Amino acid sequence: MNDRNNNSLPTIPLAMTLVGQTVTFAGVRNAGRGLTHRLAEMGLAPGENLEIINRGPGPFIVSVKGSRFVLGRGMVHRILVRPE
Amino acid sequence: MKDKRLTIALAGNPNSGKTTVFNAITGARQHVGNYPGVTVEKKTGSTTHGDVRLDVVDLPGTYSLTAYSIEEVVTRNFLLDEKPDVVVDIVDSSNLERNLYLATQLMELGVPLVLAFNMSDVAASRGYNIDEEKLSELLGVPIVNTVGHKGKGISELLDAALVVAGKTASKQRYPNYGGEIEPHLLQLTELVEQKCSRQRSRWFAIKLLENDAETIKRLGQVCPEHIEELTLEAERIRKHIESVCGDAAEIIFADRRYGFISGACTEAVTQSVERRHERSDKIDAVMTNRYLGLPIFAILMFLVFQLTFSVGNPVVDAFDGWKGDLAGAVSGLWGESGADSVLRSLLVDGIIEGVGAVMVFTPLIMLLFLAIAFLEDSGYMARAAFVIDRLMHKIGLHGKSFIPMLIGFGCTVPGIMATRTLETRRDRITTILVLPLMSCGARMPIYVLILGAFFPERVFKVLGIYNVTNQALWLFAIYAIGIALAIVCAKIFRATLLKGEATPFVMELPPYRMPTIKGLAIHMWERTWLYIKKAGTIILAIVVVLWALAYWPKLGEEKLGVFEQQRAVVQAEKQADAEQIAERLEEIDNAEHEAKLEHSAIGRVGKTIAPVFRPCGFDWKISTATIGAFAAKEVFVGQMGVIYSVGEEADEESEPLREKLAAKYTPLIGFCIMLFSLISMPCMVTVAVTVREAGWRWALLQVGYLTVLAWVLTTIVYQVGSRLV
Repeated sequence: MNDRNNNSLPTIPLAMTLVGQTVTFAGVRNAGRGLTHRLAEMGLAPGENLEIINRGPGPFIVSVKGSRFVLGRGMVHRILVRPE
Repeated sequence: MKDKRLTIALAGNPNSGKTTVFNAITGARQHVGNYPGVTVEKKTGSTTHGDVRLDVVDLPGTYSLTAYSIEEVVTRNFLLDEKPDVVVDIVDSSNLERNLYLATQLMELGVPLVLAFNMSDVAASRGYNIDEEKLSELLGVPIVNTVGHKGKGISELLDAALVVAGKTASKQRYPNYGGEIEPHLLQLTELVEQKCSRQRSRWFAIKLLENDAETIKRLGQVCPEHIEELTLEAERIRKHIESVCGDAAEIIFADRRYGFISGACTEAVTQSVERRHERSDKIDAVMTNRYLGLPIFAILMFLVFQLTFSVGNPVVDAFDGWKGDLAGAVSGLWGESGADSVLRSLLVDGIIEGVGAVMVFTPLIMLLFLAIAFLEDSGYMARAAFVIDRLMHKIGLHGKSFIPMLIGFGCTVPGIMATRTLETRRDRITTILVLPLMSCGARMPIYVLILGAFFPERVFKVLGIYNVTNQALWLFAIYAIGIALAIVCAKIFRATLLKGEATPFVMELPPYRMPTIKGLAIHMWERTWLYIKKAGTIILAIVVVLWALAYWPKLGEEKLGVFEQQRAVVQAEKQADAEQIAERLEEIDNAEHEAKLEHSAIGRVGKTIAPVFRPCGFDWKISTATIGAFAAKEVFVGQMGVIYSVGEEADEESEPLREKLAAKYTPLIGFCIMLFSLISMPCMVTVAVTVREAGWRWALLQVGYLTVLAWVLTTIVYQVGSRLV
């Protein structure tokens, strides 16, 4: 995966975070090039901070670069983040 | 003097207010069509500014120019092939960093560019202080502040566009990708220039490094003899970049573009507080709450139908009355002898009754489209996708599939087009297959006709405050049945023909916005106008054909004579009182009407196919109307109108269609008609669009499974129902 922010903290799935927490995006498990690129273009590149705004019944709402994104139920289990 | 003519293309992120700017520039002079070969909507309009005539093209909303979605491909190809004289990028100034990403790509593409910093009033009120002059200098692009829905800054925007139009973008900057990348990029750029294209060579080089399939294809067409050399060289550089930077080249590029933007913004933008989403987040805390979200969604949907019905119905009744007056007036032109006039029958029984039956529902359709436009423009549509994601996940789709379905409540055709935003073909096909089960606006007239005939309006009080009509409840039930069936069918398709893992769901939530009256009016009118146009063209043609089929061949003199004799006998009876006589005369009239219809071409066709529909509780009249509904759903209403008026001497006292139906059928049959119309084969236009979008096999499957499902369910309901009642 990405090594630019190679700090010693382990990564956890986004699904394990709590509302109000700010975490660092680390990557997506089993993601093809297309998905990773698309996320990067939306502003969700490795090293980017994201804040968990809301967790609904499955999907999450997160804040990235001042925008709100819905990440679906499948995605929140595959996205890896580092807690601050 | 010959006027100058220029083409302006409007680009921008979804939700940047692009449409409001487009509306502000072009006003009502708009034309909606499709880009050639694809079903992405192409909106064009025109205006004059000074002595220059401007053709304005509203490009699809995109976040970038990477060819991931069809919208992005369309936007990119338009810029490359059509070469508009100037591109205006509409930027949401309260969300600069993300919106400027597209701008960096337009700058790299080297198109003559103007940035419209839209919603500048909102940005200011939210604590953003933007130094446009400085930012303009840093980016090398003119910037104009606009407030689309108030029309502010539009004239200045056009001034700026005319200045840069057609000029080579010499001053424009673009991101510098840094010491590890730039030398290689430069080298590849030179190679592209030498071998392939002198124009946009840097952009082509970047796209080659991003391994962009569309670009490789395009270059392959321009210089087939060199494409292999170029891709090999790009591959080599890409490997190098990846080994040095530790990430895929395209990720590095995206990251550096954001870096470039962020650098410019740090210098030119100060931000007192982060407040863009403050209000939206508060609203969302309720709207997307894990327990409240779904009930709120259901209540909103119910309110949509309740509003449509309670406001629309009285207007429809008034229209219906006028239609009757018009029929009477036209009929009156022939006087007493008019009964035998073919022209009178065509005008009154065919056109006024048939097309009129469809037209009187225009107010309802307008209200429904207004409600959908409100949900779209306010930003709630995306929340609905969020709230429904878990449910959608259970059936193997995700929340985003729900947006085309919601649009499908207005009309299936744009719903199918909206599936373009879904990433995988599997999701698209599944969504398209079940979309016709989302009851569209054209089916509304059928429900309203039936409900009005069989389920007289009653008003309940809910929580002692809200007035809810039983008709709205029935309508809601019909829509709910459609949704439930869609869920079951999607699940079956995903488990059988369209197996596979659920695709990732990522979607931006726009901040809530109060929709503008102008925006709502334009959206509502666009779609309503299509409905009216359809009634005036396709439906008019079908109705005339149906009228002819119902008019000829005519009953022979001999048979008509029988009814005359019967009438004479009744009138001659001296003992009976006037009331009895009138009643018996009416019975004879009805029998005569039936006989005439059964003798006509449509009667014969209907009788032939009727056995198929008998288990559903339909007689031959309903059966023919059901078949006619394939042309367009609302034809059902028109056709019932024609069938029940041909051969009848229409005058001001002829009863409305509703009363005729109520006298002839039971409420159970009424419900069966609604159920069958909900499920059965989608209309011609839907089938045509499905063929184009998914291929004829899927279209065939769609027609087939829906028709069989409709027949089976309606039969079950009728058979069980008629034994219980």
